[in-house]
Amino acid sequence: MIIPLEHFLIFAAVLFVIGLCGTLVRRNIVGILMSIELMLNAVNINLVAFSRSTSLDPVTGQIFAIFVVALAAAAVAVGLAIVIALYRVRKTICADEISLLKW
Amino acid sequence: MRIAVSDASFTPPRVQGRNTRKGLTTLSMMPPLEFIIKMGIYALMTVCVAGALLSVLFRNLFHAALALTGVLLGIAGIYLALHADFLAMIQVLIYVGAVMTLVIFAIMLTERFGDASLRQFNHQSWAALGGGILLLTFLVRMIQTTPWPVKNQAALASPAVTVVQLGEALLGPYVFPFEIISVILIAALIGAIVVARKDLEA
Repeated sequence: MIIPLEHFLIFAAVLFVIGLCGTLVRRNIVGILMSIELMLNAVNINLVAFSRSTSLDPVTGQIFAIFVVALAAAAVAVGLAIVIALYRVRKTICADEISLLKW
Repeated sequence: MRIAVSDASFTPPRVQGRNTRKGLTTLSMMPPLEFIIKMGIYALMTVCVAGALLSVLFRNLFHAALALTGVLLGIAGIYLALHADFLAMIQVLIYVGAVMTLVIFAIMLTERFGDASLRQFNHQSWAALGGGILLLTFLVRMIQTTPWPVKNQAALASPAVTVVQLGEALLGPYVFPFEIISVILIAALIGAIVVARKDLEA
């Protein structure tokens, strides 16, 4: 491996924290979903880097990364459907304006 | 004794020779191609981090989606650098091709583009930033202090994981999660259609 494992891990950690801040800070639900995609991708980089450098069976990490990609695609499909249904009813997709379940 | 004398008499050239030999070994340890690849990967990482920051900070959500597309393409390049060819292709096909298309559709269906005065960030921005920096310092310290069991160079020289190996693993030891994933995907897609369609009565 040309680049040491730690650099990949730190890169993934930076991406994860950026995605986490975006998730916490955005008001738009689509923006929140995009930030969650960023976090999932950071986790995938970690999985692939470990499968390349430390795992005895390099296939395992990539299989798990493929599962994460599939689950992320399913999450985005359902999330965007909910966003569109919400927009049709409430005419807003700001997360802090949709407070039906708060007292 | 004689060796010592000869050493003393030839000190300047010996030192010179040792220096050039050391320089040669470091040069042979890092040929120019490898150096270029290394710098390329670091440049890719920098572009990815910058794009991620932009995708979080852009006020216009459409621009943020474009920045995120760039980040996902860069991550596909990182996968290539990690010898995960199939995963790089999957990344481009599913994320850039499908997920970002969906996201951009959702943005265009819901965004109020004319409303520039709409606040995009909520009131806990500074708290989130502080917490994020704390988490990042913790993670970086943990990564640097942990002794990762890295494989030796001979094992690392093994060829990349092929699609055949991945397929055999998916239908061998991982066949049960594979089937579960397919059920989850079909359930999620049917659920998405049911949630997003118009009510016929209304």
